[in-house]
Amino acid sequence: MDVMSDLWLPIVRSLGIALFPVVAVVFLIWVARKVIARMQDRLGPTNAGTPAGPDAIFQTVADAIKILTKELVIPEGADRTVFIAAPMLVTAVAVAVWAVIPLGPGEFQVVDLEIGAFYVVAMSSLAPFAMIMAGWSSRNKYAEVGAFRAVSQIIGYEIPQTLALLVPVLLTGSLSLQKIIEAQRVPYIVLAPFAALVYFLATMAEVNRLPFELAEADSEIVAGYFTEYSGMMFGSFYLAEFINNLTASVLFSILFLGGWRGPGVDAVPLLGPVWLLVKAFLVFNFLNVFWAAMPRLRIDQVLAFNWKFLVPLALLVLLTTALVDKLIVYLGYTTDGMRAVGLILANLVLGVGLVGYLYALGRRRKRAGVSVPEEFLPLLSSGSHGALRMRSADVVPLSRHNGTSGMRYSRDERGKSSTVELQANHISKGE
Amino acid sequence: MLHPYAQLGIFLLIATVIGVAPIALAWLVSPKKQNPRKSQIYESGNPPFGEAWIEFKPQYYLYGLAFLAFDVEAAFLFPWALAYNKLPLFAVVEAALFIALLGVGLIYVWRKGWLTWM
Repeated sequence: MDVMSDLWLPIVRSLGIALFPVVAVVFLIWVARKVIARMQDRLGPTNAGTPAGPDAIFQTVADAIKILTKELVIPEGADRTVFIAAPMLVTAVAVAVWAVIPLGPGEFQVVDLEIGAFYVVAMSSLAPFAMIMAGWSSRNKYAEVGAFRAVSQIIGYEIPQTLALLVPVLLTGSLSLQKIIEAQRVPYIVLAPFAALVYFLATMAEVNRLPFELAEADSEIVAGYFTEYSGMMFGSFYLAEFINNLTASVLFSILFLGGWRGPGVDAVPLLGPVWLLVKAFLVFNFLNVFWAAMPRLRIDQVLAFNWKFLVPLALLVLLTTALVDKLIVYLGYTTDGMRAVGLILANLVLGVGLVGYLYALGRRRKRAGVSVPEEFLPLLSSGSHGALRMRSADVVPLSRHNGTSGMRYSRDERGKSSTVELQANHISKGE
Repeated sequence: MLHPYAQLGIFLLIATVIGVAPIALAWLVSPKKQNPRKSQIYESGNPPFGEAWIEFKPQYYLYGLAFLAFDVEAAFLFPWALAYNKLPLFAVVEAALFIALLGVGLIYVWRKGWLTWM
């Protein structure tokens, strides 16, 4: 009897935590659509007399049922095994990360691995495999351009993300996510704001959110690496994308916002998950706001931003944090308060230096006559057209995923962004 | 109490089922009416021409190499970050040199033009 309960409790808990992101995403897709619609002065999904619930809250359920009944078309000449395995892998990997995520203190976690943060890094670096599998096996040119972009972007941004992740690890002295939360009497976003900034920007690129949404740029390359997918196989990619967004929000909350810590958790442990989800929900909506407000960048801009700005910044942040914290202890200020003050001061100096550097760079560019309108990217190298950039400004191919009408939005905004890019090209060439 | 990695194994099994189940279910309930035009590769409505399975540009390999160097160095930093609180100042300075070396690598790659995309 005891053996049975020993086995069943972990299984039930695993099942609960594994299904949680899948169920939450059904709701979060609706939230994302509503938030983006409001920002673009639209209504978003409405129930229009159908039984989709108030404000069409069950719209995603209806979409899921519809997409389940659509045919799974496998294109001619595709590598069938790899083609079918890719969407399964992408969803499985997205769910697998949740094994180490502490939703609350103690029992609200599948397993508190000593190498939790490392496990997260390892699992999330499996995602590019699924992408290149999907893009390459499709035998489709759009899919392949999408896969090339996705992989070069995601492996690139993995570096600043990992380096920024090392800062909370270093301050805690443990890779266990539970211990990282327990150590945050002051959230690490206060002690290490620049690590948080680097981590957030890299995360945005990792989960393909809009200034960095190049892998499936739907006004350029149809749907990127999953262009050829239809029915539930497409649905799996869509599901995995939103699970990854949720995971990224939850992880940011855990690493920098104190995770499940909040008033009243010590007395009522059940409040832990609530606090974590409130924080994650805010981060998630922050991502949505970016999605609605940002135009898409070019692939060379995205990669240059990573390698020429984010990676050096991440190295500098890691270096500064490690040295300053050790130096303070070495000088005899061993209390946590003094260490905190030292870290905040170091970050302040870093911030002033960074703003000064960007300002000087902008002035130099202006004096050299290279006007760069992309205010987001002061470090842009003025590149020309190339293999990784297949842009069709005039022809906007229609998406063929019939089951998802209304799932991809902001097409008119994309149109705007490409005219901005064209103007930018003219200016940089001096025409 | 199960071993932590046994619990992780159970979870990974469930994750795999969650990955496979929707597609298996869709395969069961969806119609299967193949025809040559439906299974054609999508190229904005035109009949596909040429080959999609092309050769990579060498630039892509250089990029892969640069990534590999940085990723391995980041992996080496994990144990250091883990032991940080117990390390003396000297060990931290050593690690700082290691990170600075990574910075030199970045400058090298940058100057070599690997970070300029056409």
